[in-house]
Amino acid sequence: MDDIALRAEHVSKIFGQSRVLDDVSFELRRGEVLCLAGENGCGKSTLIKILNGVYTPEAGAAFSFGNADAVSRITPHDARSLGIHVIWQDLALFPHLSVAENIVFDDYVASPFRPLSRRAARQEALAVIERLGVPLDPDSRVEDLSIARRQLVAICRVLRAGARIVFMDEPTASLTRNEVQTLLEITRSLSAQGISIVFVSHRLSEVLAVCQRVTVLRNGALVGTYSTEGMTQTRLSQLMTGRELMLTPRHAACSGDPVLELRDLSRTGEFEDVSLTLHRGEILGLTGLLGAGRTELAHVLFGMNRPTGGELLKNGKPLTLRSNRDAIRNGIAYVSEDRLRLGLVQNQSINMNTAVTVLDELEKPRGFLSPQRLRGLTADWIRRLGTKVSDAELAVSSLSGGNQQRIVLAKWLATKPDVLILDCPTVGVDVGAKAGIFEIIRQLADEGMSIILISDEAGEIWMNSDRVVVLKAGRISRELTPDATTEASLEEIINA
Amino acid sequence: MSSASAPRRAFRPGADTLEIGIMALLLVASFSFFALMAPGFLSAVNVRSMAVQLPELGLLSLAMLVPIISGGLNLAVTFTANIAGLTTAWLVQNALGDAGALGIIAGIGAGLGVGSAAGFLIGVIVARVGAHPILVSLGAMIFLQGLGEFLTRGGGISGMPAGFQWLGSGSLIGIPIPMLIFLLTAGGLAYFMQFTRTGFSIHMIGSNLRATEYSGIDVRRVLIVLYTLSGLLAAIAGMVMLARFNSVRVGHGESYLLITVLACFLAGANPFGGFGRVLPLVLGLMSLQVIASGMNLMGASQHLATAVWGAFLIVVMTLRMPFLKRS
Repeated sequence: MDDIALRAEHVSKIFGQSRVLDDVSFELRRGEVLCLAGENGCGKSTLIKILNGVYTPEAGAAFSFGNADAVSRITPHDARSLGIHVIWQDLALFPHLSVAENIVFDDYVASPFRPLSRRAARQEALAVIERLGVPLDPDSRVEDLSIARRQLVAICRVLRAGARIVFMDEPTASLTRNEVQTLLEITRSLSAQGISIVFVSHRLSEVLAVCQRVTVLRNGALVGTYSTEGMTQTRLSQLMTGRELMLTPRHAACSGDPVLELRDLSRTGEFEDVSLTLHRGEILGLTGLLGAGRTELAHVLFGMNRPTGGELLKNGKPLTLRSNRDAIRNGIAYVSEDRLRLGLVQNQSINMNTAVTVLDELEKPRGFLSPQRLRGLTADWIRRLGTKVSDAELAVSSLSGGNQQRIVLAKWLATKPDVLILDCPTVGVDVGAKAGIFEIIRQLADEGMSIILISDEAGEIWMNSDRVVVLKAGRISRELTPDATTEASLEEIINA
Repeated sequence: MSSASAPRRAFRPGADTLEIGIMALLLVASFSFFALMAPGFLSAVNVRSMAVQLPELGLLSLAMLVPIISGGLNLAVTFTANIAGLTTAWLVQNALGDAGALGIIAGIGAGLGVGSAAGFLIGVIVARVGAHPILVSLGAMIFLQGLGEFLTRGGGISGMPAGFQWLGSGSLIGIPIPMLIFLLTAGGLAYFMQFTRTGFSIHMIGSNLRATEYSGIDVRRVLIVLYTLSGLLAAIAGMVMLARFNSVRVGHGESYLLITVLACFLAGANPFGGFGRVLPLVLGLMSLQVIASGMNLMGASQHLATAVWGAFLIVVMTLRMPFLKRS
């Protein structure tokens, strides 16, 4: 079986009391792109670390490469000599060094005391860059590059180090759609050069687009390895979660009163002449490429920035927002796309993060912020949104992405908004938890809340919106109802 | 497993209990040690002198704690105390001397007002300009120092009325007045930080200012309030210093500045902001005072006591690490 690049059998790993990997088998063919799929905590990272020599598996595991004899573990040294490399999400580059220096960095490690010729380094780096056919300048400093470019540097670096098996951990998480396309192209060309690639991603459409096979893990156990031919996103999420997900399109006709009206709203350099009406109980999908002005528009609606032109009406009356406190007072809430830095105060407690938006109400009598009321509020929202929390005094960073997002929702629902703006509410959220989040959102709309759902995932928008507005370069380019289109054609419209 | 680490604890309540425990243990240990080793440590004279000395550093440390919890620093606390003291002393001696008790009260009010104003100024600049508090308060510190030296020509003002001196040397129900002022202020501050919106918000902006702003908190107002409060606390320290020494001079208590920072960190305040408590700070300050007085009684130099303080910070930090492993 000389087309097998790596085979691992009976791999288990125990941390303390918990068995995070249970008798998993894994097979990677030469030159294939394989997806390793599963929800957070399913054991993906542990498996990668075992195959990369970081962790030692429990006894009984067997690893073989091509025709060589099987070994019971892979040492870091083995991993190097076999050309196994991992590109972690943080890329592990040196921001102050140049692109060329980063690419040839392994030479510095190999001979730390021998001075390296900058010219030679540049030549060698250039050779790799040309082999990959990417537009990188070997002399620019890595810190000046975009995330997408940095990723290319990381790929060049493993190529230069003689990679034959490359693991990519969530490589598309922070890329724009065009950058993702470029990355997928590069992945294909690497595989054509005989390099085997293991792709880890939460975005199922990418997985299905680039991978030949997908290996699914669930709760530390192998579910199976499937060909992506004929595989659908729905089927794949079922395999990952082990549940039938409620993923029926919404497409409800909506005829509620207008709640929020935008008349030729503009902010110079960000968006122009946006006119929209949001009705009561409606989910309005707002989509478009990154940089089309979606988040910028949301920031104006939330009072973080001032519009430079146009009008905003709430319940028919003109509304001027001087700060986000004005917006909150007027029943507008905004769930940021950046949960890590803007959505939550990560190292403060779950209690404090839930209560922060309604301190005025909790401080009764004035001058006494009752800890009981504060804890009561959190407990109530944890129950209502089905959040999994062991202790609300823990830092909110201890929760998974999906549960953190429920805390974000709770803190905004506590302000009793009638307009809820959700900016990419499922970023960094598991497939299973995503469905849970949308269930909540749909229920809120059914109860009469008006929702603006911003997302660049066509599927999400198509499935959950009553009406879709597509932004392009700061202007509304299309307005349509999901009934009148399909998920695929919506995707095309967004990318057009 | 995306993260194999155990859930990280926020600083409350478990970690708070831990900090209070560590500081209480430290206090009991240092107290017992010197009670056994230092002759006359338990004498009424020594206990009283400790209770009179502690409040100056204590009040200045409270003035430092609030900005530290907010993720900043107020380097101007000692000179704010001086300027507040100078204001009160000058007014009482020159303008309000004949007004008796009322004049003293008005003088104190003016001193506290000037201290608060110094803090307010720092707060406004931090909030509006967005400059780092270290830079702003450093500028304010040098400014106040220069201004004070210019106005006093390097000299001091001494000789306060007996009624004012009573604040430094008198007692009420057996407790020296400075100690009473310190304990009441600490209690009030603890309540403010724990049970008011602004106190809550100070913790939040200490951990992440932008996320707090996105949550609808008026972070500029909070910053201005907290630096004004810091200035007020420093001014209270200035009043106690003026009352105790019966004189005030620019630069008085200057050496306390870094000790206040040390005391806050010793008591478990997070250098990156967001966490810190009043009670552990009070207990920690008591330990520092016990060490200084005990070593003094044993005949050691005051400088050696300072060295021991520094060593203590390092030891406590080292002991604390295994309990509070945070990234």
